[in-house]
Amino acid sequence: MADIQPPIGTGPLAKREARLAWGLLFPTITAVALVVVLPLLAIFWISVKPVELADLRAPEVVLREDIRGDFDTAGDEATIRYRLRNSSQDQPITGVTFSDVIPEGLTVLSLDDRCNIEVRALNCDFGDWEPGLRETLTIPILVEQAYLDNGLRPQDSPATTTGTASNILTNSTFTLDNFARIFNGDEFVEVLWVTLFYTVFGTIGALQVGLFAALLLNKSFKGQGILRGLYFFPYVAPVIAVAFAWLILFDPFSGSANALLLQMGVTSEAINFFGERPLALIMVTVFEIWRYFPLSFLFILARMQSIDTDMYEAADMDGASPFQQFWYLSVPQLLGILSVLFLLRFIWTFNKFDDIFLLTGGNAGTRTLTVNVYEQAFAISNIGAGAAVAVVIFGCLLTFSIFFLKYISQEEGL
Amino acid sequence: MIRRGYITGPVLGALWMLVLSITVAVAMSFTTGDAFRPGAWLSVLWGAIAGGVMVRFGRGRAIQAGILMAVVVLVLVGIGPMLTGVETGRAARMFGAALLGAGFAMSLAAILNEVVPGKLTRHEFEGAVIRFLTGFGYIFFTAIVLIPFYVMVMTSFKNQSELIQNPLDFSVDLSKGVELFRSYDELFTQFNFGTYLLNSFFISVLTVFITLAFAIPGAYAVARLRFSGRAAFSRSILLIYMVPMIVLALPIYIAFSMTGLRNSFWGIVMIYPVTTIPVALYMLQGYFRGLPAEIEEAGLMDGLSRMAVIWKITLPLSLPALASVSLYVFMIAWNEFLLAFMLLDDPSKFTLTRGIASLNSSEIPRQHLMAGSVIATVPIMALFLGLERFMTKGLTAGSVKG
Repeated sequence: MADIQPPIGTGPLAKREARLAWGLLFPTITAVALVVVLPLLAIFWISVKPVELADLRAPEVVLREDIRGDFDTAGDEATIRYRLRNSSQDQPITGVTFSDVIPEGLTVLSLDDRCNIEVRALNCDFGDWEPGLRETLTIPILVEQAYLDNGLRPQDSPATTTGTASNILTNSTFTLDNFARIFNGDEFVEVLWVTLFYTVFGTIGALQVGLFAALLLNKSFKGQGILRGLYFFPYVAPVIAVAFAWLILFDPFSGSANALLLQMGVTSEAINFFGERPLALIMVTVFEIWRYFPLSFLFILARMQSIDTDMYEAADMDGASPFQQFWYLSVPQLLGILSVLFLLRFIWTFNKFDDIFLLTGGNAGTRTLTVNVYEQAFAISNIGAGAAVAVVIFGCLLTFSIFFLKYISQEEGL
Repeated sequence: MIRRGYITGPVLGALWMLVLSITVAVAMSFTTGDAFRPGAWLSVLWGAIAGGVMVRFGRGRAIQAGILMAVVVLVLVGIGPMLTGVETGRAARMFGAALLGAGFAMSLAAILNEVVPGKLTRHEFEGAVIRFLTGFGYIFFTAIVLIPFYVMVMTSFKNQSELIQNPLDFSVDLSKGVELFRSYDELFTQFNFGTYLLNSFFISVLTVFITLAFAIPGAYAVARLRFSGRAAFSRSILLIYMVPMIVLALPIYIAFSMTGLRNSFWGIVMIYPVTTIPVALYMLQGYFRGLPAEIEEAGLMDGLSRMAVIWKITLPLSLPALASVSLYVFMIAWNEFLLAFMLLDDPSKFTLTRGIASLNSSEIPRQHLMAGSVIATVPIMALFLGLERFMTKGLTAGSVKG
């Protein structure tokens, strides 16, 4: 009789479960791979390519055709004119050809030697084109009655062109210029410093203000729900709406904040809040704190409400004062959520783009790394340099994430 | 030292008077447009005296009334904690003074409730400080949250000349009637905001449905099914949530430019859900984990397939979580700015946020910009206030252990 043994390896049931799980996850994995992983790989590729914004449109043969001359009656002579050019000023196109159909009733009188005509099909071969090359081809024709009757013009049959140009995104030209450019000089140091200031103070500020708000609302009274909803407004409203509201409130010429400060005698002349160093950086940080304190407030409040009240009663009996209770009971209980929030907010603030972009556009000493991506790629039109900044950001995030995962897996038991 | 009634009372009184005089001066300036300003040193002086009086003579109605009268008289004479300009109307001045006096007398009495002359216990002292901080906190938070929104709404009701004339005046001239809504009318008739509103709405709703279709099965698998790589998967979801949008936006812009998906409704609908799937999946799996597995197992024993279990047992049980995730995803899609800004150039396909961005030019008056902002803000606010409970519960569900 064989010994009874526990099953070895995964049984058919477990296998079926795993198969089902992967099946359920498949759509998500595909979508995420397409929109997150692929672009991330693309960023690395682009960052070592000399790509400009204009290169995104591949060079192509641009062709215009028209018919010129007076031809009211049959037997008049006219010309068909083809104007062609290379759309790119710095990329050659090889193997340029075009073909067109001459409308019925037009007889070609003579032909350029690069072209040939069979029945009414016109074919031309121009060989290779230099960057920015222009070419005009005129074909004298004889107009017959059939053409005048038809009313079909040469433009009505669109000419087709061919030609291959090497695409800068896929060819094998590589360069390290992008990295050299962004790491170059004081600018990069300033960008890093601004990012660090914005991230650290934005994160700590939002946590502290959120903690204060949570302490305020951690008791039940009439209207608590309304206040909680109200304090959430900055987070829920569209960023573009509140950013413009801030800009108008702090406008140097007609903003209410300046009018108020002038009237109160705090300042004697209008302050350009979002246009001066270093005030602009402080203002965008304050905006960040204002916009994101609700999130920390919500998480901290949720944690506070789950703390057992018995503990506070016991502390009360023992004569602990309110501040002592807060410091020795609440803070240790909140430390977990505070540190998770700190890490999360740190990364998100680091990633933040819209706020600064809308408030200052990265001017007046507020250019963070993320704004620099946009600045390089679209304002200076150097996509490659933008991608290089993105690679730097990604590197920073990877470092944070390793730290984050180590920590959060203990906190959350993931 | 500070824990003595004769010191605590005046100090808190002085600070509280400073807070209230600033608050009332700002509020009066905004509502009347007239000149009101707090007098810092005078506030400290009168506040300290009032605090001392309350500690010495008690906090009865008579004392409160006396302080009220004193504040009103001082303000009207011109040496009070709040100063007024020469042109400020008599009625406004009276009202401001009474508001400050009444508010101060009543609230200070509450703050100094247990403060007695002589030595205070820790409890009495800290209680008073906490009541002061609480009062300050309510004023502070309500002010910082309301003022920007107030400015947004009021600016949208004004016209150009009113705005330049007195930037402080945020009173609404109700006698203008329908004329108040002129900016809104122009946005809808001349700037296509009706179309933008519809575009935003359809894109957001589609995003919600597509996100749920992807996230529900994924979250269920991560929460319930055993497979190797589960922990790694649930971590990588979090990691993906950490990738900044601007880093992805650049290659997406390039790819969309080359494939002609830029400037198309479907391009946006394809890209939005992917940005929301990771967070939706993360929130939902947290909730699914909290559901009792026994009910599902009973269903399996009774012969339901897994799919049927999800459809008939898990989903009905997690309706609150689905509501909160939907609301959150809707909010993200509705408020999204960066991708819409980069990928849409054709005014007929703009979303609301992109439409507002197009109003930001020197040729378009500011009240239009603010009216556009109000149009984008009101629907999401209404939705949020109506479903606030779901939203706050859902946001914290995935990440806070009880």
